[in-house]
Amino acid sequence: MSLLEIKDFAVHYGGVKAVKNVNLHVDSGELVCLIGANGAGKTTTLKAICGLVPAAQGTVMFDGAPIAGMATHDIARRGLALVPEGRGIFSRMTVLENLEMGAYARTDRPGIQADLSKVLELFPRLAERRLQKAGTLSGGEQQMLAMGRALMSRPKLLLLDEPSMGLAPILVEKIFETIRNVAAEGVVVLLIEQNAKRALEISQRGYVMESGSITLAGPSSDLLNDPMVRKSYLGA
Amino acid sequence: MRAAIEKFLTLAKKDRRVAWAAFAAVAILLAVLPMLVDMGLGRSWVRVLNFTLIYIMLALGLNIVVGFAGLLDLGYVAFYAVGAYVYALLSSPHFGLHLPFWFVLPFGALLAAFFGVLLGAPTLRLRGDYLAIVTLGFGEIIRIFLNNLNAPFNLTNGPQGINLIDPIRIGGVNLNQTTTLAGIEFQGGYLLYYLFLALTIAVIFVCMRLQDSRLGRAWVAIREDEVAAAAMGINTRNVKLLAFAMGASFGGLSGGLFAGFQGFVSPESFHLLESIMILCMVVLGGMGNIAGVILGAVLLTVLPEALRYIGEFERAVFGQIIVDPSDLRLLLFGMALVIMMLFRPMGMLPSTRRAREFEADDAVLDQERASVYDSQR
Repeated sequence: MSLLEIKDFAVHYGGVKAVKNVNLHVDSGELVCLIGANGAGKTTTLKAICGLVPAAQGTVMFDGAPIAGMATHDIARRGLALVPEGRGIFSRMTVLENLEMGAYARTDRPGIQADLSKVLELFPRLAERRLQKAGTLSGGEQQMLAMGRALMSRPKLLLLDEPSMGLAPILVEKIFETIRNVAAEGVVVLLIEQNAKRALEISQRGYVMESGSITLAGPSSDLLNDPMVRKSYLGA
Repeated sequence: MRAAIEKFLTLAKKDRRVAWAAFAAVAILLAVLPMLVDMGLGRSWVRVLNFTLIYIMLALGLNIVVGFAGLLDLGYVAFYAVGAYVYALLSSPHFGLHLPFWFVLPFGALLAAFFGVLLGAPTLRLRGDYLAIVTLGFGEIIRIFLNNLNAPFNLTNGPQGINLIDPIRIGGVNLNQTTTLAGIEFQGGYLLYYLFLALTIAVIFVCMRLQDSRLGRAWVAIREDEVAAAAMGINTRNVKLLAFAMGASFGGLSGGLFAGFQGFVSPESFHLLESIMILCMVVLGGMGNIAGVILGAVLLTVLPEALRYIGEFERAVFGQIIVDPSDLRLLLFGMALVIMMLFRPMGMLPSTRRAREFEADDAVLDQERASVYDSQR
């Protein structure tokens, strides 16, 4: 059984059908990416999964239970961690406080401590700056903080929305490397990206979204060689 | 000033005896304060002292909503009114009810909390200016209701207000009268002072605990980014409603004390200006910082009273009153606000977190500029 399974999913903004007929699944141990151009409906799909915008139709099964229609915080407590577009860190809290907020729904103190040291090990930059205000971090560091904070909830599934957005090329490389490391640690990841090439390179499977629907799906290696994908997204 | 306090705190940390001595000194000072004030400044100042304690509780209650949760509330006085009228209706000849103080006061606080939720629930999606306008309207609605609910059924006695409210009694002792207890004569108002002081200390304690609690952290998080807070598993709706309810219950508590102390309530006491005064106490003192809010409440209650002396001074020097001190009050008050906003926008005693926010805002702005540049590169 899949960890996350979305069927016949649709989201409407007023009369506009932003997302329609989406079928998507993420299995345990996978790193899956959802790629597409600006405005294709990737972020909307993700927001609807998290309950931030209501779904017009379809079912969302997460860890064996339907979560469509549930409140965002309840979904989060079930183990689905979102790293929102634009990172959404608490810029006026310190780095450490941000990480602690990630574990807000947890009560197992020793486990939280262990995860905190693990996250700080994974992101040494954050360890160096743990007492600094999060708002003073660089864009790349903020992205790492957002990921680290999400990991602090010990999620079953990590949703990353455009983690490379607005970052300098050298940092983009670093972020993708980090995502691969996180996935290697056993965290299931659904990655949403415009940077199709890098996303497909690090993921096992991919979905291509175009004007609100999924037009292609398959193993990332196949998608990388697909003539249409190459033409539209890889510029070759 | 700050350096001196810090020096003292480190000293107190090192030596327990210093801490205890300071604590004992403050306790004794607070215990004899009404006598000192009475002797030094006159009986009317004992009254001011009691009002100061009421305002400290009010300001701390509003601080939960504005300072901790970041929800701008301009109608806070409505909860004060609810508490006061609950006491007035249940403990006066108006309905012939004379329920005891220990029941009426908590009931008033509870009902105020209910009104807090009533205001909070429909305004959950609003922030900043929009929320401020709705709360402002709410405050006025409550006052206008109180003003007009004398017909067809006379609930509030309209603009005349409710008179002859029972004084606060504990164990048959009227706290408002001069009483002899255990051979010591307590002047009128002294015993009320001790009750108010005890409740104020309780309110301060609750606020301090709240600030460092999980709930306190959740409030900071929703103040910063609601979506991210929800993604952390924080039930943003409940957490906001709790802020409204807790703030309101402190308002209701103060209102009940006010009614029992004053013996008379009327809608006049619950004007918009009153809400703004309480908000000013919070903002001037230092939003989110308990000590700052207390300082703000003390200053803004005591200073207007002190200004009355200017009238006496004028009469002594010029033989007549040239500028009415109550006009002067608003002038000075406005000037103080402008000066504060210019030189100390975080308040007199800001909380470390808020002070950090003011610094951080500049840094965040720089950062945002930098990251725009980043993406263009």
